[in-house]
Amino acid sequence: MAKTIVITSGKGGVGKTTTSAALASGLARQGHRTVVIDFDIGLRNLDLVMGCERRVVYDFINVINGEAALHQALIKDKHTDNLYVLPASQTRDKDALTAEGVEKVLEELAEDFDYIICDSPAGIERGALMALYHADEAIITTNPEVSSVRDSDRILGILQSKSRRAELNMEPVKEHLLLTRYDPGRVEKGEMLSVEDVKDILAIPLLSVIPEDRDVLNASNKGLPVIHLPESRAGMAYEDAVQRFLGEEIPMRFTSAPRKGILQKLFGG
Amino acid sequence: MSLLDVFCHRQKKERENSAAIARERLQILVTHHRSDMKAPDYLPEMKKDILAVIGKYVTVEQENVSIHFESADDISVLEVEVTLPEEDQTKVRMA
Repeated sequence: MAKTIVITSGKGGVGKTTTSAALASGLARQGHRTVVIDFDIGLRNLDLVMGCERRVVYDFINVINGEAALHQALIKDKHTDNLYVLPASQTRDKDALTAEGVEKVLEELAEDFDYIICDSPAGIERGALMALYHADEAIITTNPEVSSVRDSDRILGILQSKSRRAELNMEPVKEHLLLTRYDPGRVEKGEMLSVEDVKDILAIPLLSVIPEDRDVLNASNKGLPVIHLPESRAGMAYEDAVQRFLGEEIPMRFTSAPRKGILQKLFGG
Repeated sequence: MSLLDVFCHRQKKERENSAAIARERLQILVTHHRSDMKAPDYLPEMKKDILAVIGKYVTVEQENVSIHFESADDISVLEVEVTLPEEDQTKVRMA
């Protein structure tokens, strides 16, 4: 039975696509057949982060409109076995995303895959609503920052009222908090909301804390999901997220600042 | 303590408190949003009707009327707060 997971946030620029690429790669690396779909019609980016932008021939909208078969549009990831990317259309607008069309494609994917990851666009319009509608589980990507936390709360409300599970009175969508761009040093100085603050305000279980890390940009520059950089702190935190998602119990990391040496204390840095 | 120190200290203090301020602001917003979510479906229509009734007697701006629905365990409370404009207040009292 395939599981559909939406990566959502409301606010833009908080790390949905980075997270989609990392988690999809992590799940596939564990041997699960995984497909990751870009729902950001007109502004596709997942292909760039996954490093397959030059292999896009057909897209999600082509499949919905019957202009291409699903297997023609799916791109096999070159870093990980068991992983496929369904890119968004770059030329159409979000109205091309019909509820029936999306449902048909997801049903077809469910026959072949264990996990279907839906990378949501920002906002609460059609693209975002379509991405979350079929979700069994939701990963709420949030920055420790006021506007991101408020938007996450808004998206939680929408998941609880407008998802398929809500409309059909089924068991609610399982929610996970993923706190990204976390800087424990600034939290200790009282300059940034802490993990506990955000957890208390949103009141949903925490999946992982992804620390602020230069490697996230380094990885996207190269078109390589950050989870593949073994030395990267963000990559390790995403790997933890995958393990926890699969039911492992592992302690949280990267939630406190590394201790500074005496020279760093004196001269900063 | 030099003047510069005082300045630096103040700046530092302002920065130090910012996370606590953020937390407080968000808690208010989110609690509000969540209680609105739990409100019954008829509430928006009822709000309009209540506003219309008030409007028959006094002229009040929409932002001066707040209508909240709250529910805890086995009790639901509908709270209507109307801030009357100064001159109308005298009119109401005179009536």
